Amino acid sequence: MSTPAPVPAPSAPDATRGPYALEIRGVEKRFGATRALDGVRLAVRPGEVHALIGENGAGKSTLMNVLAGALRPDAGEVRVEGRPYAPADPLEARRAGIALIHQELSLCPHLTVAENVLLGVESARWGKVDGPESRRRTSALLELFGHPDLAPDRRVGDLPIAAQQVVEICRAMSADARIVLMDEPTSSLQRDDVQRLFSLVRRLSARGIAVIYISHFLEEVREIAEHYTVLRDGRSVDSGALAGVTNDHLIAQMVGRPVRGLFPERPAAENTRPEVLLEVRGLVAPPALRHASFELRRGEILGIAGLMGSGRSEMVRALFGLDAPAGGEVRLGGEVLALQGTRGSPGARVRQGVGYLSEDRKGEGLALPMSIADNLTLTRFSATSRRGGWLDLRRQRRAAAALIGALGVRGARTPDQPVGTLSGGNQQKVAIGRLLHQEAEVLLLDEPTRGIDIGSKVQVYETITGAAAAGKAVLLVSSYLPELFGLCDRLAVMSRGRLSAARPTAEWTPERVLAVAIGTGSDELDPEDHADHA
Amino acid sequence: MQTTLDPEAAAAVSADLTEPTPAPERLREWLSRLGPFVALALVVLTFTILSDTPARFLSPFNLRIVLSQTVIVAVGAVGMTAIIVSGGIDLSVGGIIALSGVVTALLLRSGLAPVTAVLAGIVAGGAVGLLNGLIVTRMKVVPFIATLGTMEIARGAAKWLAHEQTVNTPETWVGSLLVTFPTPSWLIVSPGVWTALGLAVLAAAVLRGTVFGRRIFALGSNEAAARACGIDTDRLKLWIYGLSGLLFGLSGVFQLSRLRQGDPTVAVGIELDIIAAVVIGGASLFGGEGSILGSIVGALIMAFLRNGCQQMGWPNYVQEIMIGSIIVLAVAFDRWRTGRAA
Repeated sequence: MSTPAPVPAPSAPDATRGPYALEIRGVEKRFGATRALDGVRLAVRPGEVHALIGENGAGKSTLMNVLAGALRPDAGEVRVEGRPYAPADPLEARRAGIALIHQELSLCPHLTVAENVLLGVESARWGKVDGPESRRRTSALLELFGHPDLAPDRRVGDLPIAAQQVVEICRAMSADARIVLMDEPTSSLQRDDVQRLFSLVRRLSARGIAVIYISHFLEEVREIAEHYTVLRDGRSVDSGALAGVTNDHLIAQMVGRPVRGLFPERPAAENTRPEVLLEVRGLVAPPALRHASFELRRGEILGIAGLMGSGRSEMVRALFGLDAPAGGEVRLGGEVLALQGTRGSPGARVRQGVGYLSEDRKGEGLALPMSIADNLTLTRFSATSRRGGWLDLRRQRRAAAALIGALGVRGARTPDQPVGTLSGGNQQKVAIGRLLHQEAEVLLLDEPTRGIDIGSKVQVYETITGAAAAGKAVLLVSSYLPELFGLCDRLAVMSRGRLSAARPTAEWTPERVLAVAIGTGSDELDPEDHADHA
Repeated sequence: MQTTLDPEAAAAVSADLTEPTPAPERLREWLSRLGPFVALALVVLTFTILSDTPARFLSPFNLRIVLSQTVIVAVGAVGMTAIIVSGGIDLSVGGIIALSGVVTALLLRSGLAPVTAVLAGIVAGGAVGLLNGLIVTRMKVVPFIATLGTMEIARGAAKWLAHEQTVNTPETWVGSLLVTFPTPSWLIVSPGVWTALGLAVLAAAVLRGTVFGRRIFALGSNEAAARACGIDTDRLKLWIYGLSGLLFGLSGVFQLSRLRQGDPTVAVGIELDIIAAVVIGGASLFGGEGSILGSIVGALIMAFLRNGCQQMGWPNYVQEIMIGSIIVLAVAFDRWRTGRAA
């Protein structure tokens, strides 16, 4: 190992001839009934930066996992530099010259920069790490990417995220990557760091390395990529040169989905304005949530749109007391709520009549091995127990059976069955049913229909509109635009931690929402616009 | 709010990276390395002050006894450090020690050369270690449960082989590995102490300076990343558990040497002492952190504590309460330290 830098010599990429660096044809991947990938075509030349864009759930991450060897496609063909490519595991993908740079970094925080960069391809003599040689190789790579200032001996866990990303890119290059996949690499970066990342990407490109760049942010995409492919519902629906298309065209391709009769009819908002139940002023929970203000009335469904990681979930978690906010004021029925301590805890929120549905059903939402009845009644056992804390099992079962019927839970032979035996959609109905049993007045729903089938979605929509009709206030966080438009009275959009003003749904279009979410419609996002206390 | 656009702040961040390690972090590192030594000094100092005869507590005679008493836990702690750094755990040590002691004793009694008997005892430990590794990697059982099972299996096997009796051994050099006054006398401390020291130095060098050692850290720090970098994590685990098993087997030989007989009921719960030594020494049970030196100091802290309490004539329960408190305090101090740094 005496080569100064284990990076291939720069070769002039020929954009018109020669084999593609990567060619994907008709790749399909199914998870149960869901078609995550349903015929993807993609071709990238050496040295090309190719943007892969699409809404959340369009299949981008699945495609990346297929390429990185973490998932095997059900059908289709992938070629790398003209040769068939079907990696059995991530190791094989790395050997074939494919490097995936995740949204979340995958470094070893306890090891040094040099150890991370050379992990798996260490410089050694008789098994002993060759320290000077390791430092030299690492420095050479760091220099190549314009970071000669990063000391190879630093512990990676102590570095800022931007520097860690440099380390991760250098690691990809230490194994002679020919194709680099970047999955939303800027989502955790600040603006200056984004510029540094771009200069890294340009250096990769200049060395003839193909880069597939996944991002929601169109202006970023335009800055760094020449070509694009739009994924929608697991299909590549559009591709071409970015220079020739407008943002509106791209957004239309990303959204382009007919809204069918999925949503229950809702009575038009009457002129009488019911009381404000939840009032939020200047809620801040750094780093994800920078500013959120809104009010929520009885019988209203307020939709919160925005990209994953924009701070939507953090806002809901802060409201429910799961994460302590740094500032702001929350009023419930006119009374100021404590935001810290036991009086601001989730337990206190439950008692105050706030219900929370986590976006992470399996991790936080349900206790999967416990019974449907236990899961439904968990937040208000008092309703189904006798004095002294003894559960009245018959009463619990009866309450559960009633909810199972009302929610249309399928596959529940008995309320005593573990909730984990139900399908995802039916589990979700149980998770929402818990808020009903809790008799919560304010429902905070974070992605209530993520990853569930259409039939269950319709049922969940009915449950949500039913709750609103019964005078409850519903906050609906969703990545699925048709559902926000189909259900909500008003919409607000979260973008990079700031919540826009809430406007009646009729004043929005899906294109407008997406534009605000990805930051091209920044006029909506001026904090002064809605920070003033009316 | 505007920090994202502040060019000065950005410049500061990148300038900060030039230095190999900035001063506050270096201080933090030193604190964490010094922590176990400070605790050891405190324990020794406390007993020296409390003791009516400080000279006796610090006498070469007593120090030799303490060192010999440390050997069994210290050799085990060397293996346990590698396992814990890799993100694993091994609860089967007590069973391995009993099994390897019984195997060695049986072979000694049958008249085999002591070298052969000792090697067989060590290999028996290695075999159980390898079994641990196989259960963890092939059967995908988490290390805690896998080694909880093999703890019982090894213990049962020891009792079976020994017919549930202690196995008496003939007089050989195996019985004098941990004597207080070694022959030849220029050894100063027992051969067992020298063996433990040598192994500790070797293991420290391997963990710090070899590809194998750094991959153990990588495995414990982020297993997914290690696999993505092409490291055969399963094979690595087999090596870690197998080699550590050999060390636990050697601990069993020392246990036999101390008792002069193979006892299948010996060393129950010793794995918890060993894990405590490793944790007091600064290792994280989540993996990625730990050092041989720290673990050895941790083992010494516990040995001095036991010895001191005996010298003071305090009952056993005082030792237990003190050791328990030290474990909790050591980890609490670590949390406090890292919490403040963050």
